[in-house]
Amino acid sequence: MIRFDHVSKRYPSGHEGLNNVSFHLKDGEMAFLTGHSGAGKSTLLKLIAIIERSTRGNVYVAGKILTNSKRHQIPEIRRNIGIVFQNNSLLTDRSVFHNVALPLVIAGYRHQEIGRRVRASLDKVGLLSRETSLPLTLSTGEQQRVGIARAVVNRPPLLLADEPTGNLDPELSKEVMLLFQQFKQVGVTVLIATHDLSLVSEFGERCLALENGRIISDKNSFKRDRIKSH
Amino acid sequence: MSSLNDRQQNRPVTYSHYTKNKRESSDAKSAQSRVSSGESKANDRAKRKSVQHSTFASYFANHVWALVSTLGSLYRTPLSTMMTTTVIGIALALPAGLFVLLQNVQHLSSSWDNGTQISLFLKHDVKSAQTSELLSQLESYSLISDIRYISAAQAFEEFREKSGFNDALTLLEENPLPSVLVISLANQYPSEAEVNVLMEYLSNLESVDTAQLDMQWLARLNGMIQIAQRGLFIVALLLGLAILVIVGNTIRLTIQNRCQEIEVSKLIGATDSFIQRPFLYGGIWYGLIGGVIAWGLIFVSLHMLKEPVKNLSVLYSSDFTLIGLGVYESITIILIGIFLGWLGSWVSVRRHLREIEPK
Ligand SMILES: Nc1ncnc2c1ncn2[C@@H]1O[C@H](COP(=O)(O)OP(=O)(O)OP(=O)(O)O)[C@@H](O)[C@H]1O
Ligand SMILES: [Mg+2]
Repeated sequence: MIRFDHVSKRYPSGHEGLNNVSFHLKDGEMAFLTGHSGAGKSTLLKLIAIIERSTRGNVYVAGKILTNSKRHQIPEIRRNIGIVFQNNSLLTDRSVFHNVALPLVIAGYRHQEIGRRVRASLDKVGLLSRETSLPLTLSTGEQQRVGIARAVVNRPPLLLADEPTGNLDPELSKEVMLLFQQFKQVGVTVLIATHDLSLVSEFGERCLALENGRIISDKNSFKRDRIKSH
Repeated sequence: MSSLNDRQQNRPVTYSHYTKNKRESSDAKSAQSRVSSGESKANDRAKRKSVQHSTFASYFANHVWALVSTLGSLYRTPLSTMMTTTVIGIALALPAGLFVLLQNVQHLSSSWDNGTQISLFLKHDVKSAQTSELLSQLESYSLISDIRYISAAQAFEEFREKSGFNDALTLLEENPLPSVLVISLANQYPSEAEVNVLMEYLSNLESVDTAQLDMQWLARLNGMIQIAQRGLFIVALLLGLAILVIVGNTIRLTIQNRCQEIEVSKLIGATDSFIQRPFLYGGIWYGLIGGVIAWGLIFVSLHMLKEPVKNLSVLYSSDFTLIGLGVYESITIILIGIFLGWLGSWVSVRRHLREIEPK
């Protein structure tokens, strides 16, 4: 689903965001992206969403090469990617419902279908009762979950999340990660950037570790025994 | 405390999703797995289509939605909307109002006949045979387009009717009026030299008493109307340009205000045409409302002029009344408003939408 082929990203300022990064994430695979602050996690995700472009090497998503994608091709590519942003980037003047509905409105879904899917999505993140609230009246953690609901509402085959648990307490963080794992189980490819190593270690998923723009390790994280009570 | 609450209400929901939405999940699963294989891609698309609008319906629904929601957002910023539309209204009303006035002047002057005329007063003793000879002689003259013969009797009759001297005239034993040939020139605006040559020729004709150059002031008036029309055209052009600038600037500010929304929409995969739609509709609404304001301004102004004009025309014993805005003119004003509003926002959107890219 995602393939990086010797990708480097040098920002106009001369700063090297990514340095010769290569990896392959298969269809339906889930991986964590870890690393210190400034390691290049966000940069890597931005290359996938074509928010930034690589300065060397090629990025492939769903078999298509992104490196030379034209301006008018970008919307179609992005529609197939659900993105949870580091700064939740919700529209503050729209209700939770409208925020989550945005990807469906853009894709031209029918009215009833929008309502159905938005509620299903809000239900998944436990915010169904807040659909009429404005984002600023929610806690930061709740806003982040609205962001997740928006990312998954049109069931994209690829889900990217940048620090989706940055503002959540450990319990809630784990629940959100479990939610992402559920998406993996229905076939969604999931890539999550996080610096919460202890949380990562609980899931036994693949883990790409970045340091100063380079991949320093790519392995399955240690899987601690989890009690599956449900 | 509050996060504890969250958790309590969140946990069962999150897990219950698994059983409750199982059908939906497996549905998604099959859709996802099919994405990878090429041949089922069309299948998937077909499935998607069933929940999405068909292309045309979607197009239409999107547009109606954008149109209505744009009006809503204009309503939420009443002051800026009012200022913009009022300025557009005035800028439209000025040339349109002048146009209406000019039309009235033209209408007035056309009721007095067009162009330069020459009246040939014939001598009293001219016989009808001589007259017809003269007529055929003049008709071959290329400068002359039309000749109307008014016999002395006709002239007398007309004079009696129009002057109101009915009683006094009956006392006359003999008709004092001569027969007249009213000559219209082929060229509406003949040169001074041409006219002089013609006048020379006509006054020297045997049966002609005097030749009188009529209504030259009318030709001059028509000339002035033409100048006024040109001037009006230039004024309209400049004010149209002003409208473009006003709308463009307002839309630019709106784009800046909604920068965040545009950024997020682009990130989610909105196309340029989707993003620019509400702004274009904003421009169209500004133009439409501005057009209606312009129409209202002209309507009120004409209404205020109506009385004095009527009073004046009574003094000239004319039944002239101001022509107001017809349906055709009204629609034209509003359409021009809509077009300028759309164009102004289109130019602005083209320029500024590209500058906003997600970071
Ligand atoms: N627009 C930019 N211009 C110049 N340098 C940038 C830009 N964006 C990021 N960088 C630099 O690239 C490096 C990687 O940044 P990135 O945002 O990918 O880090 P990160 O791993 O996401 O960090 P964090 O965990 O703090 O979010 C950083 O050193 C940062 O300073
Ligand atoms: Mg980051």
